[in-house]
Order: sequence, then C-alpha cells, then structure tokens
Amino acid sequence: MALVSPDNRGLRLVTRYAVLILVAVIFVFPLLFMGVSSLKPDQQLLSDTNSLRAFLPVGDISFDNYSDAFHRAPIGVFVLNSVLVTGVTVLLTLFVCSLAAFSFVFLDWKGRDVIFTILLATLIIPYETIFIPLLLMASQLPWIGGGGIEFGWLNTYRVQIIPFIADGLSIFLFVQYFKDLPRELIEASRVEGASWWMIYRKVVLPLSGPVIATAAILKFLFMYNQYLWPLMVVQAEEIRPVMVGLGYFTDQLNVPWGEVMAYLTIITVPVLAFYLSLQRVFIASVASTGVKG
Amino acid sequence: MASKLTRSDRAGWLMALPGAGLIATFIILPFFLAFAFSLTNQRLASPNPTEYVGFENYRDLLGLSIFTLEPERNEAGDVLVDDDGQIEYPRLRKFTRNNPDYPKLQGKREWFSWQSGENRTVVLASDVVFMKALVNTITFVLVVAPVQAGLALVLALLINQKLRGISLFRAVYFMPVVVSIVVVSILWQFIYSPGDGLLNNVLSGLTFGAFQPRDWLGETSTALGAIIAMSVWQGVGFHMVIWLSGLQTISPTLYEAAEIEGSSKWQVFRYVTWPGLRNTAILILIVITMQAFALFAQIDVMTQGGPLDSTQVLVFQAVERGYGKQDISGGSTISVILFVIVLCISLLQRWLTRERN
Repeated sequence: MALVSPDNRGLRLVTRYAVLILVAVIFVFPLLFMGVSSLKPDQQLLSDTNSLRAFLPVGDISFDNYSDAFHRAPIGVFVLNSVLVTGVTVLLTLFVCSLAAFSFVFLDWKGRDVIFTILLATLIIPYETIFIPLLLMASQLPWIGGGGIEFGWLNTYRVQIIPFIADGLSIFLFVQYFKDLPRELIEASRVEGASWWMIYRKVVLPLSGPVIATAAILKFLFMYNQYLWPLMVVQAEEIRPVMVGLGYFTDQLNVPWGEVMAYLTIITVPVLAFYLSLQRVFIASVASTGVKG
Repeated sequence: MASKLTRSDRAGWLMALPGAGLIATFIILPFFLAFAFSLTNQRLASPNPTEYVGFENYRDLLGLSIFTLEPERNEAGDVLVDDDGQIEYPRLRKFTRNNPDYPKLQGKREWFSWQSGENRTVVLASDVVFMKALVNTITFVLVVAPVQAGLALVLALLINQKLRGISLFRAVYFMPVVVSIVVVSILWQFIYSPGDGLLNNVLSGLTFGAFQPRDWLGETSTALGAIIAMSVWQGVGFHMVIWLSGLQTISPTLYEAAEIEGSSKWQVFRYVTWPGLRNTAILILIVITMQAFALFAQIDVMTQGGPLDSTQVLVFQAVERGYGKQDISGGSTISVILFVIVLCISLLQRWLTRERN
C-alpha cells in the first residue's frame, strides 16, 4: 500500500479490490472444491488436486457420486429428520421464548426479576458442559406413550427437540426487542379490556418480524448443525439427522471421497442458498448477538 | 412501572412458565447434576448402586507430583552410564507401583521430565491423557482467541470501506459460518491429506516445488495447528460481523474531525477507531474463548485426539468417558472443570468492563 502514491486513485482502487478478491478466494475455494469434486470419479478427484483443475468442473463430469451416495445411505430419511427436528424446534422456540419475554417485559408479577436474572445467568453455561448429565437424564426421563408411562428418551425425536426449545439467548433477544416497543400501545389495549393473550397475539407479535427472523435464524443454524448431542442419543437409523449420517461415508476403510463430497454438497447447498437469499438478515442476526456486552 | 394495568401474577407466571420450566429442567438441572455426579461413581447403566466418593474423581484427574530421580551409582559412588553415554536412572515404576515409601506416587505416570545436573526431575500425573487434553485445550484457546479476533477485525475494516459491491464480499466472508463445522472438518481432512493432498500441492505450487509435503493431521507437530487454522477459517466471519456492528456505532463526525486535522490512517485507527471498539473487543474475546473451549467436532471427525494425544481436548475426553465408557461421573467431573474455567474467564470479562465504566 505504501508504494502507491495517494493521488493515484485508480491504482489504489485496484489494490483494494485485489486484496478483497484474494481474501474471498480463501473463503470460497474450499467450498468450490467440495461442489466440483462431487461431480468427479474418485480417481480423477485425487489426481486433479495437483492443478487448478481441482476447482474446475472438467474431465469426466457426472452425477454418479450422487446416485451412489443415495444407494449407500438413506439420505432422504436423514434430511427429512433434520428438517423435522430443526423446523419443530425453531417454531416451538419462537413461541415459548417470545411468550416468556412478553411476560418479563410487559407484565408485573411476583418473582419476575429473580427468575429473569437466573435465566440470564444460564447464558454462561455452554451446552457442552451439561451434555453428559443430560445424557443420563435422557436415558431415564418419563414420557406418556401409547402404552401408559414409559421411561427413557433415547432414540426419539423428542430427545432431539425438547431440551433445545428454550434458551437464555432467545429469550434475551426477544426481551431486548420488546423493551423498545411503545408501552402505551400495550396499556391502551389493556384499558380497552384486551386479555394478555390477545395483546401478545394481536399487538406484539405482528410488530416483531425482525426479532422473530433473528431468533429463528440463530436457532436454525444451531439445530441443523448439531452433532455431539445426536451422536450420543440417537442410534436408530430412522431418526438420525444429517450430520450424524456422515458416518456412513467416513467410517469406511477406503473413504469414497466422491460420494463424501456429494453428501457434503447435498447437506450444505440448501443452507448456503437459504443464507445467500437472506444474507442481510443472517448477518444482522449474528450482529445482534453482539449487543449483550 | 408497577401500575394496576400491568400487575398480573397469574398471567405472568403462566406465560413465563413454559420457557422458564424448560430451561430449569434441561439446562439448570443438568448443570447441578454435573456437580453432584462428579462426587459419585455414577454410571450410565449399572446394576450396582451409586456411591458418594468425595473428591476422588477430581484427584484422579488433577493429581500431580514432582519427583527427582537420582542416578544409579556403583559401590564407589560413581554415576552409572549406559553404552550411549546416557546417565542411568532407577525405573520410575519402582516408586509408582505399590511402594509404601512413596504413597503419593501410587498409580501415577510420567507426564514430562527435564534434566537438572545429574538428576532428572519428573512430573507425574494421575491422568496423563487428561493433562494433555487440558494443555491442548488451553493452547487452542490462547492461539485461536487473539488470532481469530485479530483477523476478524482486519476483515471488518476491509469490508467497512465504501466501495461498490462491498456487500458481496461481506456475504462471501461470512459464508463458512453457516456451513456446519462437521462438514468443514471432513472437507479439510481431505485438503490436509498427506503426500499428494490439496494443501500440499497448493503450497508446493506456490513455492515452485520447494515445499516438502507433510502429513498435516498425522504429525504431532502440525495436527493441532492444522485444526486451529481450519477453525479460524470457519469461525472468523462470525466475529467479523460483530466487529463491524461495533465499527458502525462510531460516530462519523469523529472521522471527519480526524480528516480535517490531517491524521494518518494509523492515527485514525489508533485514536478514533480502537477506543470506540474497546467493549466490542472484550465481548468478542469472551465469545471466541467460550466457543473455543467447547472444541469437539473437529477432533472427533479429524483426529480422535491423535496422533499420540497431541489433539486431545477436554470436551472430547468428557464425551469419551461419559458416553464412550459410560462413566457419567468421570465425564461430569471434566465438564465441571471446563465450566469453572469458562466461568473464571467470564468473571474476568465482568471485571474488565466494570473497570471501564
């Protein structure tokens, strides 16, 4: 930069873009490599790594890896499971956490401040430090099933969903947002005799689009990408999510890299497409986690 | 605030109950159970009743001893040396196995040692693998936190420029954040392949063949570093965005004032930008630190703690014991130790921010 004279604006602009593009290459090329490799037979995939061909869809290009991957593992089932677990959790999180935040912000009740403080304090507990005791709990928790009360949540959908519905961060995000809503609006509805439930549904929720998007996106990323918890509590194939399903490809003596790349592409591209179509919202969501300092 | 209009104990409780109840059951309860289990011999499934064992689990993990070995001497008192000229010492196991004179060394194993004169000082640990996991985790955090925070700031400054198409670059830099760390780990495992691997070939191409290929994940000297580099690649966009929102809170009039006074770029950064980012900096360091301590997926996918325990980390050890060996108490003890470390760092953050206000 120092070599560029300040009046030479054109050259400066070129340098700036060159730096930006170079950095972009570092972030894009590994992902590009993944997508491109998924189209190549294993042998070509390996031999292409010694030239720029590694990043180009050239040579013997086909979707064979994809059909082979679908033969090797019930990928459709894994994807459905992930979509189901993630979708249900996100919806329940939005409802439960916004309702709790509504109560914390707009209602006045005994014990409110103490409970809110305790919930906020849970923000410093990383999930990784509670998974081991939670595993034991999950193996013994009761559930009312078809045949009365049964014990044990392992190998179920509920063990993947229920522990993650409520969390301190989601409640906190809603609380921060609700605090900025005009209180007069709520009190006016109260004077008119609206119930709290009506105010929550008809007044507050319709105004909450941005925070709902933020909470939904953060929970979506967390749930879809979960690995450690389903690894421990889900052994049955029919309820396995996508990240754990990877074992079908990597626990092989000779890893079928083409198929691996195909599987990685299948489970990543929808998320990337979702992100790219809503990237401003995604980035604003992450930025809003920064306000808690 | 406490007006009659908003006072409602019953509705308030009812609405907060689902969220508060779920957090109490699935976060707070297991949190306290971790402490409770760490004082017992609880197993995932066992025919024997659970017993209280006090701090035995902690002693089994954290026990350390320092022991000085004196060289073997002949009857005349001369130091014995072997054929290669190395000083000969008594076998350590003479002291660590059923030796009533050294009860503290019972069952411990050598962690590392150093030479001091003709004596050899040995540090013994009750659980050498745990100690390596602890040191590796702390190394990981100490490297990742400043490197990732620093790179994220550089990226944030890069995309805070007013240039055409800058939002495209922002979107690209953030992209790996939405990709699962599991996917990233497998992808990079391939990139790190030994011999003719992609990274080896790229480096060899950039240096016109001067670079000698390495087995990045297979050598003790590079495995942890390779995992660090990949983790930074995946996570840096997240913190870039937080830096960026901090940058955008700095008033533009400050920059205008600096420009009028003819400040250099470095001066602007040093006296306008950086002071405005102090609290963001503390927040980012804490967030990265907490995320880094939770390191698991990369290890599980790429190295399983190897080679030679050079990538063992705390969460991986907690899972290997609590889930793999069904030793809930051992896994819980590691979890508690991990939590205490994270808590100390959070308290440090509180203290640092209070200093400012």
